Amino acid sequence: MAMFESLSKRLEGIFNNLSGQGKLTEEDVNAALREVRIALIEADVNLKVARQFVERVKEKAIGADVLGSLSPAQQVLSIVNDELIEVLGGTEGKNKLELSGNPPVIMLVGLQGSGKTTTAAKLGRYLRDKQGMRPLLVAADMYRPAAVNQLKALGKQLQLPVYWEQMGADPVDICVNALEHAREQACNVIILDTAGRLNIDERMMEEVRTIRSRVQPHEVLLVADAMTGQEAVRVAKDFNEAVSLTGMILTKMDGDARGGAALSIRAVTGLPVKFMGVGEKTDALVPFHPDRLASRILGM
Amino acid sequence: QESDQITDEMWEELEDLMLAADIGPNTTSWLLKRLHQRVEEEHMQTGSQVQQALREELTALLGKPTPLHFSQTSPLTVILVIGVNGSGKTTSIAKMANRLTNEGHKVILAAGDTFRAAAIDQLKEWGERINVPVISQSPNSDPGAVVYDALQAAQNRGSDVLIVDTAGRLHTKYNLMEELRKINKIIQKFVPDGPHELLMVIDATTGQNALLQARKFAEHIGLTGVVITKMDSTAKGGFAFAVADDLGVPIKFIGTGEKVGDLIPFDPKSFVSALFAEE
Ligand SMILES: Nc1nc2c(ncn2[C@@H]2O[C@H](COP(=O)(O)OP(=O)(O)OP(=O)(O)O)[C@@H](O)[C@H]2O)c(=O)[nH]1
Ligand SMILES: Nc1nc2c(ncn2[C@@H]2O[C@H](COP(=O)(O)OP(=O)(O)OP(=O)(O)O)[C@@H](O)[C@H]2O)c(=O)[nH]1
Ligand SMILES: [K+]
Ligand SMILES: [Mg+2]
Ligand SMILES: [Mg+2]
Repeated sequence: MAMFESLSKRLEGIFNNLSGQGKLTEEDVNAALREVRIALIEADVNLKVARQFVERVKEKAIGADVLGSLSPAQQVLSIVNDELIEVLGGTEGKNKLELSGNPPVIMLVGLQGSGKTTTAAKLGRYLRDKQGMRPLLVAADMYRPAAVNQLKALGKQLQLPVYWEQMGADPVDICVNALEHAREQACNVIILDTAGRLNIDERMMEEVRTIRSRVQPHEVLLVADAMTGQEAVRVAKDFNEAVSLTGMILTKMDGDARGGAALSIRAVTGLPVKFMGVGEKTDALVPFHPDRLASRILGM
Repeated sequence: QESDQITDEMWEELEDLMLAADIGPNTTSWLLKRLHQRVEEEHMQTGSQVQQALREELTALLGKPTPLHFSQTSPLTVILVIGVNGSGKTTSIAKMANRLTNEGHKVILAAGDTFRAAAIDQLKEWGERINVPVISQSPNSDPGAVVYDALQAAQNRGSDVLIVDTAGRLHTKYNLMEELRKINKIIQKFVPDGPHELLMVIDATTGQNALLQARKFAEHIGLTGVVITKMDSTAKGGFAFAVADDLGVPIKFIGTGEKVGDLIPFDPKSFVSALFAEE
């Protein structure tokens, strides 16, 4: 995707018609920021978030010196890029999982098909191989056909234990029972795979709320598809209100989605991105780097 | 209504409405230009007239509703269902199979996703629920071989519709796209004019990536239609306008839930109305 080229070309086109000498004027900057706003929306950044973002960039850009080596277009891009990294990056350490509970419980929630079950397996593998922990995967989706089998199959592939109950069991009970089971099995981290649900499905949101209050997980992570569009903000807000999220995992970043949804979610909720999913296999999970996502959103 | 005038504010509201619905900057700016032009030509006086014109333009972009296409020459119609990971292919297949069965067709399913954990079990469980046979092999077997088996089974059993489930794949993965081409060829060996439908399933919550997906799938093996799932979400599925218009591929069905009955034939008018609906 040559979006960055086209953004930088578009910016250069604008500045070519202007004086482009000395300092950036408000007029220069306004014209440039219109293009930036469009590029952000093309990258699926939420409309309102894009607007606020551009306002902040504007303050920094007006009056900025156009230095010898950088063209005005590059100057604006660099301010935009720095600001994107700023919004995306938490302070150091925020991207790490909270693993100090006894045992720590990680709960995955999100819309249907976002990648929760796959991510549960990936996290299990990661925590075992990279942190030497003994994870227990918990199959708490009683709705999707073969959801339990899916997690069981992944557990078998990875030789990780999976706690599951017969069809028809109550997901809240399953999660509570799993805590007990983890103790018996000497597992020292628990990963809850919950069913996919819409943020506006009252009954299903009540279910995750109850699991949260009964189990008191240390991490409640929103698993969000990198291809999500404008609704990402609303989805994240609703989930955050219902279960007080602690972070998000952005999946399917191995394609060409720009991932603007993550910026939107981060801007609106302040939640850190903890990991990115970069493939279907269970090793395709990587730590999050704000600068890489910033470049990606800009199509660099 | 206090004011129904054509103001800058009204134009901004329309722009926001379109962008917030994932219609995308390109299509939105094209539509706004077109509307400005129509306001002049048709001497429109009120905001309501402009909104009405927008509804017309949007509906026109979606094209005419197009029902499923059945083979005219072969006793078997083959429907190949493709799309990126997690979009709702398997569930939509169950819904379509149920619908077609209720309409009197003899349907059979092929569990062509041999890769994802328990994908075969998932389709089989749906098959049991809706009482439709599912042809499958063991996990990690060759999807082409499964499709071959299913084509044979369909002929032996006298089925008139075969729906093939495939593994989710990102449109950027060349090898996986090539695999679809192979499946296509196997189908054509049995049924030369098949597959009769190449349906791409897209999640309504998708943003601008949807158009890239549709383009790539169309380039690689062609598309005859699109199914938009999860329209029961808060998303509006605005990418549909660019997909239908740019690629000329009709939207055939809308998924509105996780139950087997939650699939409705696409209706451009109500799709456009839903864009304007307040939540
Ligand atoms: N390419 C790619 N595919 C992924 C990634 N993460 C998950 N998937 C795929 O996305 C699809 C959906 O993943 P699941 O783990 O079943 O999603 P889920 O959120 O558990 O789905 P529900 O339980 O139905 O809500 C599967 O085909 C996964 O293989 C990723 O990072 N990259
Ligand atoms: N709310 C809602 N959920 C849906 C709809 N269609 C499918 N789903 C859910 O979305 C999730 C993924 O659906 P699948 O049918 O497994 O998707 P898929 O495309 O086959 O996924 P992969 O094979 O992993 O690529 C499941 O939880 C489904 O129940 C819909 O119209 N509305
Ligand atoms: K909707
Ligand atoms: Mg799942
Ligand atoms: Mg599937």
